[in-house]
Amino acid sequence: MAYDVQTWVSVAALSGGGMAMGFGAIGAAIGEGYTAARANEAISRNPELSGDIFKTMLVGQAIAESASIFALVIAMMLLFTKFAAHILMVPVLLGAGLAMGMGAIGAGVGAGYPAGACCTGMARQPAMGGRLTTNMLIGSAVCQTPAIFALVVAFILLFTDFSQSPVSPTWAAILGAGISAGFGAIGSGLGGGLVAQASCEGIARQPLTATPVTNVMLLGQAVTQTTAIYALLVSFILMFKTFPATDLIAPPMALLAAGICMGIGAIGPAIGEGLAGQSAVAGIARNQEHVAELTRLMLVGQAVAESTGIYSLVIALILIFVV
Amino acid sequence: MAIEGVDIVKAAAYIGAGISMGFGAIGPGIGEGMAAAKACEAIGKNPKEAGLLTRTMLVGQAVAESTGIYSLVIALLLLFVV
Repeated sequence: MAYDVQTWVSVAALSGGGMAMGFGAIGAAIGEGYTAARANEAISRNPELSGDIFKTMLVGQAIAESASIFALVIAMMLLFTKFAAHILMVPVLLGAGLAMGMGAIGAGVGAGYPAGACCTGMARQPAMGGRLTTNMLIGSAVCQTPAIFALVVAFILLFTDFSQSPVSPTWAAILGAGISAGFGAIGSGLGGGLVAQASCEGIARQPLTATPVTNVMLLGQAVTQTTAIYALLVSFILMFKTFPATDLIAPPMALLAAGICMGIGAIGPAIGEGLAGQSAVAGIARNQEHVAELTRLMLVGQAVAESTGIYSLVIALILIFVV
Repeated sequence: MAIEGVDIVKAAAYIGAGISMGFGAIGPGIGEGMAAAKACEAIGKNPKEAGLLTRTMLVGQAVAESTGIYSLVIALLLLFVV
């Protein structure tokens, strides 16, 4: 029983749409639940401020929601667009769905952390409400960047014309690009959120340290984003490099493996860098005389944590360019 | 098209290399981050011992890094030797 190409393209569009929204819903829900839990805690501590805390909770949840709205948009596009009947549309649609679905997890959870800490902070230190909200907004905005990378990759996949490319190994390059961008976004979203959470907690504990805390937060978050950028780089190389046609199985598998290697390999280092940044920011909030020592130690620790992300990048580049 | 055994073996080695380095990078990254986090906390509490704490952190991280290096070695073996 053989089906025509149009049938397979529809199958890929529908399963891709399901993956985008299914995986994409995980992170936002966890992040928003965490925010709501901390908001309730905060209101029970300081019921007079329930109005402000409630408002902050809603703003924080709205940011955490944005990544899953990206996923909804991609899912709708996959469901209701009529795609060309070309066999390479199958990996394109699966890759776009996977990229956006996985890419939304980290950003959703990560944005929930600073929002929750901001609610607690308001109950503890109502006078710093404005500064806390600002830090929450900056911190959760940085958490959204890897989800936006995933969205960009999903859009490029959907709107690039691959019909002139050889089916093998282009199918594997397309799928690898989606996997790399999607999985590569998980860790950076989570790690960035941990650092931002510590900054909101720190400002609530010691308002005078707001400036060094915010500076180190931004530095720490920037480091957590690096592995998502490696993943984006690998994904771009896979999408835009032209690969010679082949009948063998090994060349496409090398490209698929490059995507898996960089995507999965980016998760751990980014979470680890987020943990290091979180503690450094918390330490600065307690004891701001030691900004220099703590920042230096944070950067050294993060550099070591980054090393496995760089190994993944090296193996991915060897898989693409050498073997 | 006729698929040859050598080709399949090569394909499996590539996929194996990708999986080895990709999954192998998760643990060391998180573990080294935890070590750095605790070192930052400790320096915050006791800044005078910064040198000792940094040394201990780096040694601990070097040990945690070893599994990442094993993954790298296995990936390179799969790519170039096997």
